[in-house]
Amino acid sequence: MSILLDERTPVIVQGFTGDKGTFHAREMIAYGTNVVGGVTPGKGGTRHLDRPVFNTVKEATRETGAEASLIFVPAAGCADAIMEAADAGVRLVVTITDGIPAQDMMQVKRYLLRYLKERRTVLIGPNCAGLISAGKAMMGIMPGHIYTRGSVGVVTRSGTLGYEAASQMKAAGVGVSTSVGIGGDPINGTSFRDILALFEEDPETEAVMMIGEIGGPQEAEAATFVRDNMTKPVIGYVAGLTAPPGRRMGHAGAIISAFGDSAAEKAEIMKEAGLVVAPNPAELGSTVAATLARTTARTTVPVA
Amino acid sequence: MDIHEYQAKELLAACGVAIPKGGVAYSPEQAAYLASEIGGSRWAVKAQIHSGARGKAGGIKLCSSEHEIADAAKDLLGRTLVTNQTGPEGRTCHRVYVEAAVPIRRELYIGFVLDRKHERIVVVAAPQGGMEIEEIARTAPQSIVREVIEPAVGMQAFQAREVAFALGLGSAEVRRAARTVMGAYRAFRDFDAVLVEINPLVVTEAGEVLALDAKMSFDDNALFRRPEVRELRDYAQEDPREAQAAEHGLNYVALDGEIGCIINGAGLAMATMDMIKHAGGRPANFLDVGGGASPDRIAAAFRLVLSDAKVGAILVNIFAGINRCDWVAQGILQAMQETRLSLPLVVRLSGTNVEEGRRILADSGLPIIGAETLREAAERVVTALREAGGGAGAVAA
Repeated sequence: MSILLDERTPVIVQGFTGDKGTFHAREMIAYGTNVVGGVTPGKGGTRHLDRPVFNTVKEATRETGAEASLIFVPAAGCADAIMEAADAGVRLVVTITDGIPAQDMMQVKRYLLRYLKERRTVLIGPNCAGLISAGKAMMGIMPGHIYTRGSVGVVTRSGTLGYEAASQMKAAGVGVSTSVGIGGDPINGTSFRDILALFEEDPETEAVMMIGEIGGPQEAEAATFVRDNMTKPVIGYVAGLTAPPGRRMGHAGAIISAFGDSAAEKAEIMKEAGLVVAPNPAELGSTVAATLARTTARTTVPVA
Repeated sequence: MDIHEYQAKELLAACGVAIPKGGVAYSPEQAAYLASEIGGSRWAVKAQIHSGARGKAGGIKLCSSEHEIADAAKDLLGRTLVTNQTGPEGRTCHRVYVEAAVPIRRELYIGFVLDRKHERIVVVAAPQGGMEIEEIARTAPQSIVREVIEPAVGMQAFQAREVAFALGLGSAEVRRAARTVMGAYRAFRDFDAVLVEINPLVVTEAGEVLALDAKMSFDDNALFRRPEVRELRDYAQEDPREAQAAEHGLNYVALDGEIGCIINGAGLAMATMDMIKHAGGRPANFLDVGGGASPDRIAAAFRLVLSDAKVGAILVNIFAGINRCDWVAQGILQAMQETRLSLPLVVRLSGTNVEEGRRILADSGLPIIGAETLREAAERVVTALREAGGGAGAVAA
């Protein structure tokens, strides 16, 4: 098991024939992802990477049975691409694109609510590295080789800090069930809390590493969720201790503008809610390993 | 992106918000002339800098004659004002706004934000204008009104009325205030703002409802479709290094420390800075080189970091996903030669093609201090800075 994605999930790529779409679709196929085709308006009927190209997402899902879509469409048209996928009934949409206007995301979030909960799209991102179910499949831009298959779920805002965590965990002999990048934008699809709920239900996941950063209420909401609803241990870290208030640190959402936005405040909220907080970013892997050793004798699930 | 008060007022006025008569001036003569065009007998001369709290910093002067206006403008133009929002370096005033001073009966607060919890535009209003909203929230939280705006249909007239009535206005004023609230909402939506603040919104003795001060900030991600906003940019109000960074696709924020940072990814950059602090050092900057960092971009990053005279050592930390370590290594060598780097440099490479990247650096024979982990990288750069006598008085090449 893993969450959201495995090697059977049929995946399409929106923005399939562009440079980025091509490069990463190839990497994903090499990793074992079941890429069944792609969408580029105007190129329908052609083939790319030995897979069919469609003009619309509806056509692609009808012909291929795709359940998931990875979006590389440029920022100006990206909200449109997400809504198209949602309207076609795609269950999981992962958006890598950075730079989508915040009001576009506001509309996208509202649009997703048009559909009944049972058929509502789960949106991951935007401005994220995507997700990977280690050893099974990936939808994203991460280097797959740094993840070993195992029992720890990872949810992170940042791409590269997520890689850092995965490689520290690998060095500590700890494997990953699924790693999800929720993205660095102020308005994003799936929150920490949503992903934590999925990990709590996933029988393969024994513990979760949650990596937040300055800005916004999602880390605090997730901490409350952990306190009230989770039985599995959660290890937390919040990046940005040295960030000054009012300055945007790279990510559109990484800015201290309200009470509770700073890294120190968020780490304190996490501790109060019962999370294990890594003392510094060089101890992400070792803190996870120590927590696992305390809660269970089993630290990794051997690769099948 | 921020704009000046007078620019925000022009945008708001175009959306139906009433403002006092006024105009912008670049010289004392122009300021004095504006007074005759505006008419009346009292005027405010206001320094145009990208900051609030200008009054307390001496940036707003009330005048009763053209002579006084010219004197006020002469005093303000070219002056650097330090407010509680500018930081110690302050902002230099190159334009003044001359405005009719009106007798005021009440001051109110109205603000629009893109609220991250609701993921919607929210209007916030309070009957105490002139104070910062944070202060009102602290001292009189029960007096603050909020309305969440449904994105599918936008703000409705009843919501604007509810806000206006909650501010305790009379019926004629409610109509005018509701029009202001609706206009400010339209400006927020139509120009892709992330903040619109009218503070204070005033009720005059004559019963008019006017925006006396206005602030607007915009979503950088939406500037591509807002040329009318883009052209309002005033580079003189921005850190020149941050503007230079943006030109090269880099994300840079200047800080107070001595260790220059060049990192890929915003989260890893923040974590690396945290680790530098943990190791006893202080970062000089935040710098994200982004994905697909070409040798040229790495070189630009070095030039940018070195333009800060406080920097006494540099740490490069790259975890290559889309990036390739060998490519990054070549960029580092190119940058070292170009900048004739004389400061200690610690490089930590990880991820795709890491072995090749490390070999390129080692074969170069240049004095590069390698590190394999985040901890080693932070500890080695702090030690290198100390050994170079840095931290105080270190000067960049």
